[in-house]
Amino acid sequence: MKFLVCISNVPDTTTKITFTPDNKEFNKAGVQFVINPWDEYALTRAIELKEAAGSGTVTVLNVGEADTEPNIRKALAIGADDAIRVNAHPRDAFFVAQQIAHIAKEGGYDVILMGKESIDYNGFQVHGMVGELLGIPTVAPAMKLDMNGNTATLEREIEGGKEIVEVQTPFVASCQQPMCEPRIPNMRGIMTARTKPLKVVEPVGDAPRTAVAEYALPPKKEGVKLIPAESAGELIRLLRQEAKVI
Amino acid sequence: MSVLVVVECDGGEVKKSSLEVATYGSQVAQMLGTTATAVAVGEATEASLAQLGEQGISKVLYDAEPRLKDFVNGAYTKLIAAAAQQEDAKVLVLANSNIGAAVGSRLSVRLGASLATNVVELPQISGDQFVVKRGAFSGKALANVVLTGERKILAVKKNSIEAQHEAGKTAQVQSFSAQLTDADFADAPKQVVMQEQAGGVLLPEADKVVSGGRGMKGPENWHLIEELAKALGAATACSKPVSDVDWRPHHEHVGQTGITVSPNLYIACGISGAIQHLAGVNSSKVIVVINKDPEAPFFKAADYGIVGDVFDVLPKLTQAVKELS
Repeated sequence: MKFLVCISNVPDTTTKITFTPDNKEFNKAGVQFVINPWDEYALTRAIELKEAAGSGTVTVLNVGEADTEPNIRKALAIGADDAIRVNAHPRDAFFVAQQIAHIAKEGGYDVILMGKESIDYNGFQVHGMVGELLGIPTVAPAMKLDMNGNTATLEREIEGGKEIVEVQTPFVASCQQPMCEPRIPNMRGIMTARTKPLKVVEPVGDAPRTAVAEYALPPKKEGVKLIPAESAGELIRLLRQEAKVI
Repeated sequence: MSVLVVVECDGGEVKKSSLEVATYGSQVAQMLGTTATAVAVGEATEASLAQLGEQGISKVLYDAEPRLKDFVNGAYTKLIAAAAQQEDAKVLVLANSNIGAAVGSRLSVRLGASLATNVVELPQISGDQFVVKRGAFSGKALANVVLTGERKILAVKKNSIEAQHEAGKTAQVQSFSAQLTDADFADAPKQVVMQEQAGGVLLPEADKVVSGGRGMKGPENWHLIEELAKALGAATACSKPVSDVDWRPHHEHVGQTGITVSPNLYIACGISGAIQHLAGVNSSKVIVVINKDPEAPFFKAADYGIVGDVFDVLPKLTQAVKELS
């Protein structure tokens, strides 16, 4: 089984978000970048399934410029076999999806996994676009994935419950917890990651279909209104009469 | 040229988030000088669909194929694409739900459309320029996005627009068939399992949420959260550490890597307010924080706060809500 796991390079979850002075780009200065937390579920589950089968490969794919390589190496240290970087700024979901679909097709991958969404752009779009570009099923978001030969059984979250879905390879799934316990690299992994192949390819496909004109921060809160604990009931009155939410 | 709204139904009724989406779609149609048609997916009664007139929908297309009751990505995508072709829809509006995102992303490729998810406001349209505001960076920022494709698909975040109810207006319900074949149901679910909802309110759809953190000390104290939620008609939720130690199920975890909620009222009980938790709730309209630590970072993001012990405060709040009604 050939797994293709798509990872994004995103600001660490504790990052305070700021933008360049023209508000057109995220300000990367001093920001630590990590593997998108949702993608870690996809990566770990692919490695677990490969190990359980005793055969197969896990290839990591990232669309990004050279500064994403430390996190690609981290994915290799966690246990992926090799990696591909599409040398481009990930401009929009459609652009990224085209790169993934192209590589998936060329490499003949059986299972294409990624996180539910990225914690920076929160698009929740790439999985479906890849599935449609390749003409294969998409299961999103998946909370559980088991393989039996070429048949996959997935639990897909729906509002208020879950669907149990069975699909044949090839397919795309976007992953979320509680699919697995994401792994962290060990020393042996870190050492071997240095020598694993990382191929850099140039982007293909059509122009993006969306463009960010401007970023903004949400309006600031006015400050908290504190109510003494002994007259807690007063809060309910305020929520009804002042805030008008109950 | 028209606006097509995708309406999700469950148990015969139109979901609350879809009433919001229908309102959004009719308002976009007005801006464009055209009408809004809906295509319904899921199990719906004709009466509930006709009622979409109250949200400004003129016509509803409905395929009564029984296998469409549960979500099937392949079949839903084909059905909505066929409706979009028939209506010559230039703008499609969906809910930013698990169904909306799954279908919207496939449709954007099939229809050659620009897609924006997490949309929080009506678009700004001037001439050919079509710009939407969407949440980004897990709610820590907003982005104005230009949609350059001739067709546009917008997935609207829940509670971003209030559903309108123009009493007495009805929509015309038309049966519709997309000539679905067995192949379109290849990814049909083998089984659907619904969760038990504390208080009967679905977290992603809720407009009030009562949430507990490690300050609740253990699952045996959750009745305090549930009693307040029940009195308010709210859904219950929890922070990540709580679901990690299995005090509460995963589907109640709100935060950056859990469910993102944007209710009108979010009450956080014994949650200190880690930045990852805030990311999942900071687009709530009103945030109330109850914590005995006055230095808890959550107070900085709150509108109302009580510095006190949740075990004293929660019963008082529940009592006060009961006295209201």
